Amino acid sequence: MQGRVLAVVDGAAIVRCADEDVRIADAPRTWNPGDLVDGERVVRAFAGDYPPPSSEVARLTRARLTAMRDRAAALATLRAFFAERGFLEVETPLIVPSPGLEIHLDAVAAGDGFLITSPEYSMKRLLAAGAGAIYQVCKCFRAREDGPHHASEFTMIEWYRPFAGLDAIARDTEALVHAVCGDIAHVGAREVTVKPPWRRISVRDAMRVWAGVEVIGDEPAEQLTTAIARAGIAIGPGLAWDDAFFTAWLARVEPAIAALDHAIVVEDWPAPLAALARRKPGDPATALRFEAYVGGIELANAFDELVDPGEQRVRFVTEQRERGARGRPVYPIDERLLAALAEGLPPSAGIALGFDRLVMLATGVATIGEVQTFAQHER
Amino acid sequence: MYDTSDIRKGLKVLMDGNPYNVVEFQFVKPGKGAAFTRTKFKNLLTGAVVERNIRSGEKLEPANVETRDMQFLYKEGGDLVFMDQTSYEQVTIAADLIGEAHDLMKDNLPCTVVFFNERPVDVTLPTFVFLEVTASEPGVAGNTAAGNVTKAAQVETGATVQVPLFIKVGETIKIDTRSHEYVERVSSK
Repeated sequence: MQGRVLAVVDGAAIVRCADEDVRIADAPRTWNPGDLVDGERVVRAFAGDYPPPSSEVARLTRARLTAMRDRAAALATLRAFFAERGFLEVETPLIVPSPGLEIHLDAVAAGDGFLITSPEYSMKRLLAAGAGAIYQVCKCFRAREDGPHHASEFTMIEWYRPFAGLDAIARDTEALVHAVCGDIAHVGAREVTVKPPWRRISVRDAMRVWAGVEVIGDEPAEQLTTAIARAGIAIGPGLAWDDAFFTAWLARVEPAIAALDHAIVVEDWPAPLAALARRKPGDPATALRFEAYVGGIELANAFDELVDPGEQRVRFVTEQRERGARGRPVYPIDERLLAALAEGLPPSAGIALGFDRLVMLATGVATIGEVQTFAQHER
Repeated sequence: MYDTSDIRKGLKVLMDGNPYNVVEFQFVKPGKGAAFTRTKFKNLLTGAVVERNIRSGEKLEPANVETRDMQFLYKEGGDLVFMDQTSYEQVTIAADLIGEAHDLMKDNLPCTVVFFNERPVDVTLPTFVFLEVTASEPGVAGNTAAGNVTKAAQVETGATVQVPLFIKVGETIKIDTRSHEYVERVSSK
């Protein structure tokens, strides 16, 4: 018996041990709430009423400690999963000069560089170097993100398959989530089936069915805004294309996806939301990108990777200009990535999956903070 | 003007000419999209709740409300009666307009009453209230099995809060009115 006495009631004690909270019917009379005990011996007596205000023991309840164990088990399952499939685990720098130019992500400054918002650029350089199929488990950092599914510091699982396309990545994703969660994932008290294969829907179908909005992909922002307003969704004038799109997405599509009792892959994203994805051959208004949703949790985002250095530079420059126009910090272009693309990246597909969110789905825990050991407001 | 970083519970904004109170908000951010704050607003005049997603960078118009320090007198049916201690003027507000915090209100509690167009629409309680425990089971060992070292206690206003096992009937405890949670025991001297 090693642990902390949580309570003593009628001669019985509840002791928090590493694995569980144990009830001792006939506790030694020397034990008081808050004492640390080893065998029958009190090794540190607690003075005063227990628990004290701001108690760590009260904060990290047994349920939270159990979630920590589930998290460690999920990580072990995941590493075995990738090892079986021949992926190499890699570690790339967390502090970099070019943290990524995605318009809606701000990086956290660190010394002479920035903390990564994603390990994507470094991992693509490894693909160019011929590393083969690779995966990484790492912390990523995004300034000012704090919500039930967001934290400014979180754990990303990112993997790439050279000489492969999005279908192979979709199969990996389904199998990985199934390996960690079993047939059923839990979203709070709700059950969502994650048994492969997952259903698929295109972004345009999702917007047509659930929001009543026809999305083309290369229409002007005003035209999209008008279509959204006509569908009865509150929207103001003067929005950029992506802001208009997500206004409708959040109002109608995301709640509909959240209500599904099965996982879903949302594919064929309109080109303005391509990010680092290749465009679909013969359909330049569509990007080869998918997102995996489980019960309203946006779990993963995949690209058939853009490998054309010329187009990549154009997108970087456009994003820099756009960031400047929106008053966001403008980060330098990653010239080493562009050099790697110029040298030649195999046709590749890759995905980023939020590990904390995966643990939420495996455990039914409702907020990201509860599976992160210490939540953002508990640091 | 407010932006999304100002959004918090109790923020008063004007939308389409009506005053609203923020009752719930959540940070949401679709992959590759802007951050939004999914916000539930309660109409201060009708009590109706609407949900809107406010985009980061979007502006909200402050509702032009006035506040006055008043004393809570008593409950009358579903209404709460307050008095201005300088003018002795009394105002009445429906309890369900202000949410669950009203069950922590003891007679004579100093509060801040919010007025819109001379009409009382909301009440802000002090952050902490001090209330006596009037009923509580003694700690039961079986209930503490899952590391749950609290028990339910009723306080003098009738509200129930979770407290540590060492709290006894007759003791005074400090409660956070925003979270409805026990903070600490107040030593009686």
